[in-house]
Amino acid sequence: MEMTVQISIDGRAVTVAAGDNLLRACLSLGYDLPYFCWHPALGSVGACRQCAVKQIHGDGDRRSGRIVMACMTPVAEGMRIAIADPEARAFRAGVIEWLMTNHPHDCPVCPEGGECHLQDMTVMTGHVRRRYRFTKRTFRNQYLGPFLQHEMNRCIACYRCVRFYRDYAGGRDFDVFATHRDVYFGRHADGVLDSEFAGNLAEICPTGVFTDKPLETDYARKWDLRGAPSLCVHCGLGCNTTVNARAGRLRRVLNRYHPAVNGYFLCDRGRFGHGFTTSGQRLRAPLLRGRPVPPDQALARISDILAQGTAIGIGSPRASLEANFALRHLVGPANFHLGLPAAEARQMAAIRRITAGPVTIAPISEAERADAVLVLGEDLPNTAPRLALALRQAVREGSFVFAETLGIPRWHEAAVRTAAQPVRSPLIVATPAATRLDDVAARAARLAPDDIARLGFAIAHALDGGAPAVPGLPADLAALAEDAARALAEAHRPLVVTGTGCASSAVIEAAANITLALHRRGRPGARFHPVVPACNSQGLALMGGRSLDDALAALAAGTAETLIALETDLYRCAAAADVDTALAAARHVIVLDQVRTPTTDRADIILPAAAFAEADGTLVSNEGRAQRFVQAFVPAGAIRESWRWLRDAGIAAGRPDFAGWTGLDEVTAACAHHLPDMAAIVGAAPPASFRIAGARIAREPSRTSGRTALAAEISVHEAKPPDDPDTPLAFTMEGYYGPMPPALLPYAWAPGWNSVQAINKFQQEVGGDLLGGPPGCRLIEPRPDATASYGGGVPAAFAARAGQWLIVPMHEVFGSDELSRLAPAVAERVPAPYLALADGDAARLGLGEGDAVILELAGASLSLTARIGLGLPGGLAGLFPALPALPAWGIVAKGSALA
Amino acid sequence: MFSQLRTLWTVFLHLFHRRVTVQYPEQKPDLPPRYRGRIILSRDPDGEERCVACYLCAVACPVDCIALQKAERPDGRWYPAFFRINFSRCIFCGYCEEACPTDAIQLTPDFEMSEYLRPNLVYEKRDLLISGPGKYPGYNFYRIAGLAIAGKDKGEAAAEEPPVDVRGLLP
Ligand code: SF4
Ligand code: SF4
Ligand code: SF4
Ligand code: SF4
Ligand code: FES
Repeated sequence: MEMTVQISIDGRAVTVAAGDNLLRACLSLGYDLPYFCWHPALGSVGACRQCAVKQIHGDGDRRSGRIVMACMTPVAEGMRIAIADPEARAFRAGVIEWLMTNHPHDCPVCPEGGECHLQDMTVMTGHVRRRYRFTKRTFRNQYLGPFLQHEMNRCIACYRCVRFYRDYAGGRDFDVFATHRDVYFGRHADGVLDSEFAGNLAEICPTGVFTDKPLETDYARKWDLRGAPSLCVHCGLGCNTTVNARAGRLRRVLNRYHPAVNGYFLCDRGRFGHGFTTSGQRLRAPLLRGRPVPPDQALARISDILAQGTAIGIGSPRASLEANFALRHLVGPANFHLGLPAAEARQMAAIRRITAGPVTIAPISEAERADAVLVLGEDLPNTAPRLALALRQAVREGSFVFAETLGIPRWHEAAVRTAAQPVRSPLIVATPAATRLDDVAARAARLAPDDIARLGFAIAHALDGGAPAVPGLPADLAALAEDAARALAEAHRPLVVTGTGCASSAVIEAAANITLALHRRGRPGARFHPVVPACNSQGLALMGGRSLDDALAALAAGTAETLIALETDLYRCAAAADVDTALAAARHVIVLDQVRTPTTDRADIILPAAAFAEADGTLVSNEGRAQRFVQAFVPAGAIRESWRWLRDAGIAAGRPDFAGWTGLDEVTAACAHHLPDMAAIVGAAPPASFRIAGARIAREPSRTSGRTALAAEISVHEAKPPDDPDTPLAFTMEGYYGPMPPALLPYAWAPGWNSVQAINKFQQEVGGDLLGGPPGCRLIEPRPDATASYGGGVPAAFAARAGQWLIVPMHEVFGSDELSRLAPAVAERVPAPYLALADGDAARLGLGEGDAVILELAGASLSLTARIGLGLPGGLAGLFPALPALPAWGIVAKGSALA
Repeated sequence: MFSQLRTLWTVFLHLFHRRVTVQYPEQKPDLPPRYRGRIILSRDPDGEERCVACYLCAVACPVDCIALQKAERPDGRWYPAFFRINFSRCIFCGYCEEACPTDAIQLTPDFEMSEYLRPNLVYEKRDLLISGPGKYPGYNFYRIAGLAIAGKDKGEAAAEEPPVDVRGLLP
C-alpha cells in the first residue's frame, strides 16, 4: 500500500502520494498548473519558475504565505497551498510575460502552433497582450539533419532539450552555449544530430524550436490530423505510437504513452520510418505479370491457381497475427512456413525455451528499474533502441537508492545527480563490436559470438555450480564472469538481455542458463529480455510453422506448385541461389507486400498490402505483449490489409469458412480459437462493437477543418465517409471523445491542453498508469513449475583462422530494418555498406577508415568500405548490411572489385 | 376604429415618401467596404502573397468550406500550395477574416457570384488572389515575424536585434 499524506489545495482537502512533488500531485488531481521545465520522465530542476503556487503559513488566514515552486516542493502532511491565490497568479503571469518578451511573432508560420505547450501555458496564465515595447534578441538557426528543424528564436530557455539529449539519452553533440539571455541550444556547429533519440526533442521542447522536419514537407495542424492508436513496426519492442493522417496520406508518427513499454519516448527509426508508406517503392495496384489489373481479376486468377495444386505459404514476422493466420488458414497448417532465416528460426526456438521457463520477461519499464544488467551479444542502440534508452536509466538506479539514503527523492533531478555522481548500477555489455551504450557500462567486452556464449555459460556456472562449467576459459574472461556473477547475485532486480543480434543460438542458451541460475538462487526479481528482429517475430514464433528451408526445398523438388509469400523478402531470409532455384521451380508465385522487393520482382501476382497506418491487426512484442494497431485512413487505390486479400482469395476459391470473416474481430477470434497460446489476443483491445454512450470514438478532432472543401474540386457533394467494420472508431469527427480505453485513444487532447502533454489528463497519476489500464495483454507469462534444466552446449573458444575472417552481422538503427530505410529522411542516415575490422587486422591489410575493401563470402564478392575503431577482436569482421547466412567465414582483401 | 383610420393615413402618406426599392441590376447598391461578400486573398505591400498557410481561417470556418495545403519556398517562406473555398457552402460570416493573422483573407462588398452549377462556386487560389493589399494597405506579416525569408534575414524584422554571437563572452 502506497503511503499518502493529506494536504489542502485552494481550501480543498486532498490525499496525495507521500514523497511526491507538489506539481505532479496537483496535475494528477486534475488542477491546471502551468509548467515548462518539469517533465514526468526528466524530473524537477526548478529552472523556469512557472509552476509557482502559494504555500500558506501555519493555519492563519489565507493571504499570509510564500511563493514556492511546486515542482521543487515535496508534499508534506497538513501542507496548505493555493493555486488560485492572486499573488501566485500574478507571479505566473509575470513569468510568462518575461519569457515572451523575446518571442518572435511566429505562431502562424510555426509548425508547433495549435499544439504548443507555450501557447497553452500563455493562455492558462491569462497573458494576452504584449506590453514589452523594446527590441528582441535573435539567433541564427542550425542545420541539424533530416529529422529536425531548428528555430532558436522561439526558445524560452527551459533546458528540457539538453537535459533530455545529454543527461537522459547520453548524446554528446548537443549542448547549451553562451550566457544570460543569450543562451543557445544546439550543436557546436551545423551538422546532423548523432543521437538516435534526437527526434524526441520535437515532443520534449515545449515550443517550436525543434519540430518534425518530414512533417513540414506535407504539413497539417494537429486539429486537422486524423489520429489512430498504432504500433511501431520497425523493431521488436512494440512501442506505442499515434499515427496522424490527412487527405489520404500518412503525415507523421508521434509517441503514444504506454507506462510499461515506451513511456514518453520513441527512437528516430520509429518516429521517422513511416516515410516508406509514401516512398517510390510502394505497391499500389494488384499486378498480374507486371500488369496492373482490377482486384477481382487478380483474385479470380488466384482462385484458379489454388484449384490446381498444393500451395505453400510463407508467413512474415513483420505482418500482423491476423495476416499470418489468414495465410496459415488458407494453405493449411502443414503448408505454413515461417519467413525466417534458418538460423534465426533456431534462435527464436532457443528464446522460446527460456520464455517457457520460470523467469519473467521484463517489460521496458522494469528494465529501466533493473539494478544490474547483463547484455549478451546485442548491440542494443541499433537493434532495440528504446530498450537501450531504458538501460541508460537503469544505470542510474544505484544513484537513486543512494540519494534516498540522504533523503533526496527520485524526482529531485539535479540534487540526485550532484549527490550521487560516481554511483552507478552495474551494466555489463559483451558484444562483438563497440556499442553506443558502452559509455555507461561498468564493463564492456569485445568478443566473438562463441566467446560471448562461453562468458555467459561461465557466469551461470559462477552463480550456480550446478550449471555446466566452461573448460579452458582465459583468466580475463573468468574474472569478468566472476564480476558479472557477483553483480547479478547482489542485485534485487537483475536483468539479462540477449537476442538474435549476434546470430548465435549458443549465446541465447548461455543467457538461459544465467536466468535459470538466478532463479535457482532465489531471485524473484530476476528478469530476462529477449531482443528479436521484427515487430511480430514473437507472434510468428508463437504461431509456429515449418522452416523456410522446407518451403524452398518443397518448391525446388516440385512437391508444391504455388508459393504465397506474405510480406517477406525471401532474399533477406536465405541465400540468393537457393531462393532463385525455388522461385524458378515454382509454377506460381504470389506475393503480398507493401513495397517492391527483390521477391516481388520475381512474382507472377503481386497484391498491394496495407501498411501499419492503413490496417488493423495485432502484433506481439519482445515482451510477449499482444497489442492492437488501428487504421488511421483508407488508402487510395486497391491497397488492402493482407488478411483481407487472403480472405478474399479464400472466398474466391470457394472456401465457406472465410465468408464469416467480415471484420478483424472474426479473424482475431478464429486465430485465438485455433491457437491456444493466443487465446488472450481477443482482449488486446475492445471489439468493433464497443461503443461509449452509444457512439463510436471519433478519429478526427472536433475542430477538423475543410470537410466541405477538401474534395470539392472533384465533387461538391461530400462523399459518405468510409465505414469501419474492424474497430470501434469512426473515420470522421462524429463520435465520442473523452475518457476511453487507452488502446483506442486516437489522439491526446483536453480543454486547455493542446500539446502532447494533454496525455496528463489520461493518466491516473502524471507519468504513471493510464486510466483504464495498460493497453495490450501479455501472452507469455512465467511458469514457476516449469522443469527447466541447464543447457550444456558450451561452444569451443573462437579461434582466428589465418587468411580468413569470421563475418558477423552488424546492425544499424538506420538501415537494418527493411521498411524504415525506405523513408526518405531515414535513407539520408543509412551508412554505406561497410565491413568493420579489428584495428590490428586492418593495419596488417593496410586498410584505413573508409578505404575500399572486398569481401569474398559464399562464392560472392562484395565491395565495401572499411571501418575500424569498433574494437572487434582479431579474426572477426562485421558486415553491414547483414546477410542471412551469417556468421560465416570469408576472405577480406584491400581494393575494389573489378568493374 | 381610430387606429384603423390612422393606419390607412400612414400608408397613404407613404405615397409621397422617397422610394427605397433599388432598381437592381440597372442601379447598383452602395455597399460599405466592411460588407461581407465574395472572399479574396490579398498581397502584401511588397506584392507577395500574404497568406502564409497557417490554417487558422480553415479552422475558424463554421461550415468547413476552406481547404488549403501549406508549402514552403526554398527560402523558408510558407504559402498555400492550393487554397480552395467552396462558396456553395460559405455563409459569409467573416470569421475567416477575423482569424487571419496576416490580413490575407478579406471579404469584399461584391455579392454578384450566382451560378447555375454548384461546382462553379468552388474557387481556387487563382480565382481568389488579387494583385493588391485590399482593405488593409500597410500590414506585412513577414516584416514582423521572426522567420527569416529571402530579403529579410534574422535580426532584420521589426524591433529585432542583430543575431547573438553565441561564442561571445561579453556580459
Ligand atoms: S513556439 Fe508556440 S508560441 Fe512560439 S511561435 Fe511557435 S506556436 Fe507560437
Ligand atoms: S530549445 Fe526548447 S526545450 Fe530547449 S530550452 Fe529552448 S524551449 Fe526549452
Ligand atoms: S524501432 Fe523499436 S525502439 Fe524504435 S520506436 Fe520502433 S519499436 Fe520503439
Ligand atoms: S488565416 Fe490567413 S494566412 Fe492563415 S491560411 Fe487563412 S488566409 Fe492564409
Ligand atoms: S516547472 Fe517548476 S520551475 Fe519549471
